[in-house]
Parts: sequence; structure tokens; C-alpha cells
Amino acid sequence: MSAVTDALAPAALRRGASRSSAKIALDIAFSVVLFVGTIVGVIALATLIWTILDSGWARLWADPAAFLGNYVSRLPARAGIKAALVGSAYLMVLTAVICFPLGVGAAVYLEEFAPRNRVTNFVEANIANLAGVPSVVYGLLGLGIFARFLRLGPSLLAGALTLAVMSLPVIIVAGREAIRAVPDSVRLGAYALGATKWQTVRRQVLPAAMPGTLTGTILALSRAIGETAPLLVIGLPIVIFSLPNDLRDPVSALPLLIFDWTSRPQHAFAEAAAAASIILLALLLAMNAVAIFLRNRYTIRW
Amino acid sequence: MPEGRTQVTQDEDRRDTRIADVIKERAPGERDEAAAETVFRLDDVHVHYGSFRALRGVTLDIGRNQITAFIGPSGCGKSTLIRCLNRMNDLIPGARVEGKIEYHGQDLYGDGVDPVEVRRRIGMVFQKPNPFPKSIYENIAFGPRVIGMQPASMDDLVERSLRGAAVWDEVKDKLKQNALSLSGGQQQRLCIARAIAVSPDVILMDEPCSALDPASTARIEDLMEELKRDYTIVIVTHNMQQAARVSDKTAFFTAEAAPGTGDRTGLLVEYDQTDAIFTHPADKRTEDYVTGRFG
Amino acid sequence: MATTPPELSITRRRARTGERLIVNALFLCAVLSLAVTVGIIAVLLVDTVEFFRDSSLWGFLTGTVWAPGQGAGTDGLYGVWPLINGTLMIGVGSIVVGLPLGLLTAIYLSEYASSRVRGTLKPTLEILAGIPTVVVGFFALQFITPDLLRPIFGEDRVFIFNAAAGSIAVGLMILPIIASISEDAMRAVPSSLREAAFGLGSTKRQVSLRVVVPAALSGISASVILAFSRAVGETMAVTIAAGNSPKMTLNYFESIQTLTASIAQTVNGEVASGTVRYNALFALGITLFLITLVMNLISARIVRRYRQVYS
Repeated sequence: MSAVTDALAPAALRRGASRSSAKIALDIAFSVVLFVGTIVGVIALATLIWTILDSGWARLWADPAAFLGNYVSRLPARAGIKAALVGSAYLMVLTAVICFPLGVGAAVYLEEFAPRNRVTNFVEANIANLAGVPSVVYGLLGLGIFARFLRLGPSLLAGALTLAVMSLPVIIVAGREAIRAVPDSVRLGAYALGATKWQTVRRQVLPAAMPGTLTGTILALSRAIGETAPLLVIGLPIVIFSLPNDLRDPVSALPLLIFDWTSRPQHAFAEAAAAASIILLALLLAMNAVAIFLRNRYTIRW
Repeated sequence: MPEGRTQVTQDEDRRDTRIADVIKERAPGERDEAAAETVFRLDDVHVHYGSFRALRGVTLDIGRNQITAFIGPSGCGKSTLIRCLNRMNDLIPGARVEGKIEYHGQDLYGDGVDPVEVRRRIGMVFQKPNPFPKSIYENIAFGPRVIGMQPASMDDLVERSLRGAAVWDEVKDKLKQNALSLSGGQQQRLCIARAIAVSPDVILMDEPCSALDPASTARIEDLMEELKRDYTIVIVTHNMQQAARVSDKTAFFTAEAAPGTGDRTGLLVEYDQTDAIFTHPADKRTEDYVTGRFG
Repeated sequence: MATTPPELSITRRRARTGERLIVNALFLCAVLSLAVTVGIIAVLLVDTVEFFRDSSLWGFLTGTVWAPGQGAGTDGLYGVWPLINGTLMIGVGSIVVGLPLGLLTAIYLSEYASSRVRGTLKPTLEILAGIPTVVVGFFALQFITPDLLRPIFGEDRVFIFNAAAGSIAVGLMILPIIASISEDAMRAVPSSLREAAFGLGSTKRQVSLRVVVPAALSGISASVILAFSRAVGETMAVTIAAGNSPKMTLNYFESIQTLTASIAQTVNGEVASGTVRYNALFALGITLFLITLVMNLISARIVRRYRQVYS
């Protein structure tokens, strides 16, 4: 059939007739370049994960109980991540408790109650800017205000406040998007029944926006957990041999420990750093999996 | 409905029936010819959105336990007007109402009037069914809860409302199921049930059947006949046959271009008993509109 | 009718003071963000002013040696240019790495890839974006320098800590930003433009390079500026990979120090508050804050200006 069509078609329409071989070569070369460019990123990621696993896997499984259960030590073979791991866990929970209500509250106000005027625009622009401030600057904020001015010192509370302030813009943006995704018809239906604005927000809009908000919050927290700079600047300890009992107790964190061990020359500490990185990555993976599960299971399809 | 006709035949007939025949079918006395108590009194009402005048000079009364229909081509302010009756227009920035709207003698836009209380008594059903993304039970229970009704039994109230909207039999076994899983017609009847759960005085319906199939439309039209016994109903509709079938009084609107700007402002042309509007309209524009469909 | 029955009255107002309080509380949450910005600026300013009481502003802005004193006195040189130099080296270097890779990935995802491939590639990019910076720094120190740079360029030329490794590390971190924002910008280009070009006989390559990329240029530029801003603010990967030697150099194989790394190094040791070294932190902080603020504003302005074109 195609032979007949080719024979009948005018020469200019025949496939490839108008494309010079140079053009075709360029097309193919471009496709190759594109593919290679894309693949490099994937290969880099794979290499990174491979490097971590290669260095740390053996160390992790040599004596997992000790690795997870020991405190730090001068001797790499005996060093463990107990204080750092527990510290990160406490920090995450406390950070969540602080920034989730504040972030959702701000998101609700900006989306549902704020009048459209210049003050509101200014607040929104400010939040967008805060999202782009480097984490180390948040660390300086934490150092100057929480650790020094409020005299909280390098404590769990100071660390959590700093991470909370850093995560706030991200949660506000996530919350606003989730609230905006709730169609107006839901609100109109509620108002038409005689519900007030707050009743509508509290009982219809916010519950419908919760899956999206929670997903965004978990993602924000997973980013906060991997942050080192703010905690470093506040002065959270790396060498610590106890777990926090009180909000004002000092606390360590996993990324801090990884940073310290990475900076040491001994190869054994490099292995320990890799092993700790595996734990950190596993933690992040778990949090992201939860976030994605939430999003897929509970998002309302309007 | 005259006996001996099955539901299927009725549906078919609806598609072919001419308006005049419909008028003749309704027995005299089914229509409330007598003067009914006035629920709304509109006096020279104008509505603006910012600088744009959407509606001008509307004067009419709406009677109790009647079905009043607003008909007319697109863009002539019917929806705008009906939204003024429960102050839903307040939610549109820049909307402004001039003139007087009285509800049972009270100025609807007077000082001290609470729009939330207004909407509690004057309910609304929208063009596209908009159930809440919750269970069927929760959809109905939401209204009574937020307005502070404390019924002796919420279960009974939910059942009564669903029965009142002729949807109970279809959902009674799945009250906990998500309302979004219902069909379009069922969702709309659910929205009607939701509206009557708060015991309103008036139910406004903004093209309630335009997103539904003919069978669902027919069921809701039947429902309206029953509902008017307890509520006052105002309906906006593009479907003239529907207006002729269900309403007691009909208001015909049209739009005129303002000189100079080309903005179209809606206005009330004629308001009368439905029979009169469809069989012997006083205004030529009305006549053109109601006969235009059938060429 | 004579009087309105009470059940039809529309003036009875339900007591709603509780709601007013709640809305006020929500307002405070929103305004909190303003407090944060004020806090950042205040903290940075106060100690920066202290710093410039002991150390000259002129020296800061023009000096080319950064060598903080060890004592509690005011000794030490605090010229900021070596740090700016280091920061720019990493910024530019990471863009050199991240922009081509990110842009190629974006073009591939937007114009060439099937939805199945997109479905695997996009999560991969998100994973890359989610790797904590310390881990990327570890990767740079343990792989990029010893197994990539040194074999290729020679052990005597490449320092253990070097700016190239830092640039590659940060480049990998900003790759997802450039890729995903540019891809969004490209997908937003109306298909009618593509169809018109295809209709004239263009190949996919020509459509991508001559129609889509130019049309999406504003989004792509915004993503680059955003990525640059992120690179400037990056701390840990750079500190680990590029070292802590503030100097004026253009040799990417040497170790350098960025603004952020200098802050990290200072706090890593013990530093008493009130000293010049301590206050220097905040002078660096305000410099960083200003740089990233300006970049973010420019990026937002570009997005705003060109969003109208296709809305």
C-alpha cells in the first residue's frame, strides 16, 4: 500500500524528501545530547547512592545495635548515632508541633479572610521572600534571638523554634494551595444554608484541604530534618552523652553528626558518616512515602 | 397528572409537548389564582457590579407557597436578581443593590439585618449540584448543626429531609457513603434535602435542572409541586416548558444595550400568571420570546 | 401583614464574638511572618553595627584578605572579597554544571519523553532534590574529588578541597530546580505555537530550540536566578567539598571559602559572643541576606512580567 502511495505522491511530500541529511544528522545528534544530558543527572544520583551504600553498608550492619545504640566516641569503631538520632526525632516532632498550627492558621487567614489590599499583598510577598532565605541565615536568627536573646541556649527548644521558623513559609504555601483547590461551590453551598464564614472554613474547607496540607507539611519537615547549617550556627552539640529530658536540654542531630564525621580524616569515620547517611536517607524515604501515600489515598477528586 | 399515563410516556411527552397543551392540562384551581400572602416585595430594584449596571427597575411581588419563575434569554439578570433575594450577591466584590427589597415587611438590606440569618430562612439550590465532599448523612446534618438547631433526633431530621426531597428510598442504605458517589440527579435532590433540613421559608432555585438529564429533571419538577405546599419557591430557568409546567406566576426579563457603552442591562418586561404569559402575553417582546421556540 | 413572626425575623444576630477572636488569632499567625522578617533584619543589623564599630566598613568592603583574629581583640583582617570571590566561583560553577544538564533534562521531559518516562524521571529529580546537603558534601569529598577530578586532572593539580568539587556538588543540587521550573515553563507554551511550526515542516529539534525555549525564556531565566540564589546560600556541601581557605583566586582546583562556609567554620569552633569574630558572622549574614533577597526579587519580577504574555 505504501509503495503505491509513495509512487502517487508528489516528490516534495515523500518522507525525508525535504530534509537534508545534515538536518537529519543534527536532529539525531540533538536527541542524543538531550538523552545524555538527562541521564547524567540520573547517573549522578545513582553514583551518589552507590557511594553512600558502598562506604556505609558494611559499617552499619557490622553491629547495628551498637551503631544505633551508642553515643559518640573518639574511636570510630565504637561511635554510635544514638544521641543524634533521638535528637533529630525530638526536633522533628517539636518543630511540627510549633509550625503546623501557625502555618495552617496563616494560610487560612490569607486565603479566606484577608481583604485584597496592599497590606495583604505585602505580607504575601514577604512570605515568598522568606522561602528563599538561606538556611544559614535562619541559623543566625536562631542564634541571635532564640539562643542568646531569649537565653534558651543551644537547646531542643531553640533548635525546634529555628527549624519551625524556617519551615513556616513552605507550610503556608502548601496550605494555601490546598485551600485554593477546594472549589467555591462548596463554600457557596454552605453559605446558602446560613453558615458563617468561620463555620464554613472550619467544617468544610479545612477538612477538604487537610490531605494536601499534611502532604506539604510532611515534605517540609523532611527537608528540615536534613538541615545542618541552622543547627550548627545555634551551636547544638555534636558530642553529647545524654538524651534530652527537658525542652531546654541540649540536643544533637543526625546531619550535624554526619558533618562532623565527614570532616575527620580517618577513613573509619568516613564509613561511619556513610552509615549514618544511610539512616538519614531511610528516614527521609519513609517520610516521603507517608506523604505520597496520604496524597494518593485521601485527596478529593472533585 | 391525569391518570392512565405511565412515567415513560410522561417523559416522552415532555420532550414533544407544546406549551399551550401543557397549560391546558393543568386543572383550574391547581394554580393559585387567588391573592397569596406576599413574601417578597421588590420596588424599583437596580443591581450594579462596580460601574456596570446589570439590572434595572425591577418591581414585583412574590407570593407565599407559590412557584414563581424568572425566564428570559441569557444575560438579562435573572440569576443576579435571585441572588439578591438571599443576599448571596454580597459575596461578589463590587455588587451593589439599590431600591427596596422587602421580606415579610422587613427591609432585606436594612441596617441590623444579618445576611447569615437571611440565608438561614431563604435557601438556595444551585445550577450544578454541589454536595459537600462528605457522607450523605453529614451533608444533611451540617446545616442544622451550624445554625444551632438542636433536633431531638438528628437521624429523624435527616430522614425527613431526604424523604421531603424524594431521595430517601435511594440512599437510605448508604447514608455513610460519600455524597459525590451519587448520580447528578440524586446529588441535586440531596442538595434540595440539605436546603430543607434547616426549615427555610423560601427556596431559591437557580436553573436547578440545567445540568441534569430529562428523567432527573422530571423528578425534580414533580418534587417542586410537593415542596410548594410548605415553602415558597422562586426558580430561574432557561427552559420555557419547565416554567409553564411548574410555575404559578412567571416574570419575563430581557436585556437592553445601554446607549453608548453597549453594556447590556437586564429589565423586567412582564410579570403575570403563567397562563397569561404563555397564552396571551401583554408585551410583544414576551410574545416573541415564548413563541420563538416553536417558530 | 402587621408584624413579622419572630421565626421569620432576619435581624436577630447570633452571638459571634468567638468567631471574631478566632479570626484575630488567624490574623496574628499571618502577621507572624512579618515578625520573622523583622527579627532577621534586626538580629543581623544589630550585631553588624557592633562589628563595624570595631572593624572598619571600608576595610570590609574593599579588603582582599579574610583572616579573623584569634584573640578577643580587634586584630584580624576582615576584607570580604575573598569570600565573595569564593561564593561567586561556586555560584557560577554550579550554574555551569546545573544549567545545561537541567535545561536538557527539561527539554527532554517537556518535548520528547513519553508519559511513562516522565513518570519515572520526575520522581528521580525529586529524589535528587531531597538529598540532604551534608550527604552531597560527603559524596563530593569521597567520590567527586578522589574518583573523578583527580584521575582526570591529576593529583598534584587538584587539591583535596577544591572549588570544582563544590561546584559539581551544588550543581547537582540545583539541577532539579532548573529542570522542574523550566519544564513547567515549557509545558505552558501553548501547543498552537508548536503545531504552527510543525505545520511548516519543522523537526522536533527546531521546534524545541527555536519555538519552545525562546517562548519559555522568562521561566527559564527565573529558574536560573532562583538556582543561583540557592547556590549562593548553600552551606554544608560547599564547606565540606570546597574547603576553608579564603583567597582571591580563579583556580577551581584550589580550595576556597564562601560566605556561608565562613559562617559555618566560625561557629564550629567556640566563639564568645561580643567578640569581633562573633559579630563578623552577622556582617556576613547580612551580606548573604541582601544578595539572595535581590536575586529572589529579580526572579519574581521576571516571572510576573512575562506571565501576562500567555495568560
